[in-house]
Amino acid sequence: MHRPIHELTDAFRRGDLTPSAAAEAYLARIGALDGKVGAYLTVVRDQALAAARESDQRWRAGSPRGPLDGAPVAVKDVMCTSGVRTTCGSKMLEHFVPPYDATTVERLRAAGVVILGKTNMDEFAMGSSTEHSAYHPTRNPWDLTRVPGGSSGGSAAAVAGGLAAGAYGSDTGGSIRQPAAFCGVVGMKPTYGRVSRYGLVALASSLDQIGPFAQDVTDTALLLGAVAGHDPRDATSIQAPVPDYAAELSKGVDGLTLGLPDEYFIDGMEPEIERAVRAAIDVLKGLGARIERVSLPTTRHALAAYYVILPAEASSNLARYDGVRYGLRVAGRDFIEMQSKTRAAGFGAEVKRRIMLGTYALSAGYYDAYYGKAQSVRTLVRREFAAAFAKVDLIVAPTTPNVAFKHGEKEDPLSMYLNDTFTIPGNLSGIPGVSVPCGFSTAGLPIGLQVLGRPLDEARVLRAAYAYEQATTWRSRRPELS
Amino acid sequence: MTDAATRYETVIGLEVHAQLSTRSKMFCGCPTTFGARPNTQTCPVCLGMPGVLPVVNRRAVELAIRTALAFSCRVNEACRFARKHYYYPDMPKNYQISQYEEPLAEDGFLEIDVEGGARTIGIQRLHLEEDVGKLLHEGTLETAQASLVDFNRSGVALMETVSRPELSSPEEAATYLRAFRAVLIFLGVCDGNMEEGSLRCDANVSLRPRGSATLGTKVEIKNLNSFRNVQRALEFEVRRQAQALEAGERIVQETRLWEADRSYTRSMRSKEFAHDYRYFPEPDLVPLRVDRRWVEEIRAGLPELPRAWRQRAVAQYGLPAYDAEVLTQSRALVDYYEAALREWAPASGAGADRPKVLSNWIMSELLRVLPGDDERAIQSSPIPPRHLVGLLGLIENSTISGKIAKDVFQKMFDSGQDAATIVERDGLTQVADEGALGQVIESVMAANPKAIEDYRRGKKEAKGALVGQVMKATRGKANPALVNRLLEDKLSQS
Repeated sequence: MHRPIHELTDAFRRGDLTPSAAAEAYLARIGALDGKVGAYLTVVRDQALAAARESDQRWRAGSPRGPLDGAPVAVKDVMCTSGVRTTCGSKMLEHFVPPYDATTVERLRAAGVVILGKTNMDEFAMGSSTEHSAYHPTRNPWDLTRVPGGSSGGSAAAVAGGLAAGAYGSDTGGSIRQPAAFCGVVGMKPTYGRVSRYGLVALASSLDQIGPFAQDVTDTALLLGAVAGHDPRDATSIQAPVPDYAAELSKGVDGLTLGLPDEYFIDGMEPEIERAVRAAIDVLKGLGARIERVSLPTTRHALAAYYVILPAEASSNLARYDGVRYGLRVAGRDFIEMQSKTRAAGFGAEVKRRIMLGTYALSAGYYDAYYGKAQSVRTLVRREFAAAFAKVDLIVAPTTPNVAFKHGEKEDPLSMYLNDTFTIPGNLSGIPGVSVPCGFSTAGLPIGLQVLGRPLDEARVLRAAYAYEQATTWRSRRPELS
Repeated sequence: MTDAATRYETVIGLEVHAQLSTRSKMFCGCPTTFGARPNTQTCPVCLGMPGVLPVVNRRAVELAIRTALAFSCRVNEACRFARKHYYYPDMPKNYQISQYEEPLAEDGFLEIDVEGGARTIGIQRLHLEEDVGKLLHEGTLETAQASLVDFNRSGVALMETVSRPELSSPEEAATYLRAFRAVLIFLGVCDGNMEEGSLRCDANVSLRPRGSATLGTKVEIKNLNSFRNVQRALEFEVRRQAQALEAGERIVQETRLWEADRSYTRSMRSKEFAHDYRYFPEPDLVPLRVDRRWVEEIRAGLPELPRAWRQRAVAQYGLPAYDAEVLTQSRALVDYYEAALREWAPASGAGADRPKVLSNWIMSELLRVLPGDDERAIQSSPIPPRHLVGLLGLIENSTISGKIAKDVFQKMFDSGQDAATIVERDGLTQVADEGALGQVIESVMAANPKAIEDYRRGKKEAKGALVGQVMKATRGKANPALVNRLLEDKLSQS
């Protein structure tokens, strides 16, 4: 049953399978296995089946709404769903039921997608392991003692474990690409502004971007196409036509120049990762791509800049959770006590840490030294990518410096932050990036190859990922869950 | 003036917040109608729900540019919104989207007329921001067991304008605020209603020894929600600071609240407890680029401003400065005056006093029955300019007397009918027939031999009593000039 969406819809078209049957099968599997994986926070069984039955009728009438009609998909619990609680993995929003749909969710419903439920995540998307969910950790389907990555770990684990045919997450510093690499699925962060952020609960507004998780690159193209495009409700969304990503996939890499950044092959990175990524580059070379070394020297400052900008914006975005209008409220003698008690009880340790960091970084007298400086670094990172993309079409690199680690292994926040070293520059510069499976460690854990492209050049990024995927057989390996 | 007051120089700067007259809010599509049931004009955006994003209201930007141009400000080619943080239950996001380092416009001025001439007061900056909600307490803030929040006002477009500290007295500050408000009303960007909070004012006040070049420590005064309060609060604060300085105390930099009921300012928070607003550029909005052509279009549509009109009215129509001032309460009132004058333009030579006659009638009669600063009330006056001119024409051609005209005015206001119709219907035409009037005068003279005797003995005032009798006999319809002439003729005959 667990097949890519484009295969499911082929079956819908032939009449071999109905969306209802597919949804039932996924819901049954969630019922049987999610107790072990913990990918979901909320499963909307009745709504999913109702949507699937409507899709059945459309397929039967021969008028599906598009290539995703009836596709059983999961959505990270950071996107607002009208009438369905949206927790952001936090106690603060345990009972929060949004009165509106995020633009992405609205577009999915319009495309006939069957939403199975809301997936687990690090609280307010702060983390790289999905251990920081206020509810339960998510486990990596390849090895349940290991993390799925994060913060979109629930979505990645759902797709890897056959608990959803595809999924959506959000990527602020690698939160789609890193868990995709850890779970052996495809995950894409589009260009900042390509997908509307309206209804995406903000972590860091200037970095957040919604993107898909999929079993293969073809599905990634379809899932991206369904949600990309300008939204008048998001002033930062880009007004540019959306190409037919799936139609461009088979153009190959022959004649493309791929940049290999020196700074992405560093000491301390696991040798198995380097070997797998270099082997992948050889495959691409074999497919006709030219490889050229590029230098992105500001990479080593990117992490530091990111950990100023992100907490600063997060401290501001999370100020609204005060117990007044929605979410948790802990009683106090007056407003200030009610608010402090609410925030003390509602937020976890990592969230509090980042709120404090960000509040400090924006304080009078420190602003220039921290936030101002970090923005300068960000400008440099962006310029370096622009200079590199003047010479090369795409940049290829590892997605992460290591494979999935064990639960509880990275207690020190700093070592956790280092996990995002290779993904953060993509967010700082706003460029699109995909992580595609490129092998396994000797312990059988997936490794991800990252392909980065010019702003709005998702089509070419996906083209290279597709060419590589079609030339290899990694996607045929599946974790054994039972 | 006390010694202290003469020794110190007062320095005042005003921050004025004006609600822009947009139909929808600054960053969402919710309506802005005043007085709607609490929390009925809200949406996820202005309630600060998780995941929502702001979208700039183009009309608000246009109105702010219009104002900036009227104050001769430089409209910046690009400006930015910024987040201003502080926790307060009436503020949904616990930050306000405002503008900080890169405001919409800077460096303008407002000319005001003060005793001894005109003064130019600098306007430092003009920027856009969103309003907050409103708290309602059960009883007083101190004793309330619960507070309720109404978010209808949350997100309404506000324009903040900061003057330079160039106002030198409480009176001047009030004059500035009046002139400022008149401009906003003229431009149609704000209704100027201070009671409903459409226009709010905070002041910065400091004193310095006369002649000193450096500014003293400033104190911010909040809650100045009428012209009277602005002046009273500043007078109190200037006195308080002067007394403190005289007593050798230092002025503490702080924010003080004006308690209008008790007529004093009290300390709200000192500098040590001042908010650190942690401003940073609003990442949910891109920098706002202001198209030059758009600015020029807006400039071309600017109306004549109050002060320019006053100057023209004095020079061209010969109006006293006072009349011009009264008429510039609103654009509508000026329009009313101009429309009436166009209708009744002085012919060459004749009717040279018409502009003044018109302003007299508007000031003493029209403004007695209608609030001059209420645009809509003036625009929908039951006595349109044409009807007023009709009435004045009847006085001018002696059809009715000025006294009768006042009654006719009231009838016109009550019925919406024109003057001629009312005069005709009620038979109010002035008795200007010499024959008819002569008979009345003769019978009055016959009945008052003593007055005639007094007059002839040189007591000229006696004539006045006779005129009064004639007017009484004609129920006010006699033409006073004619009565005087005929009476004089008859008195000198016999």
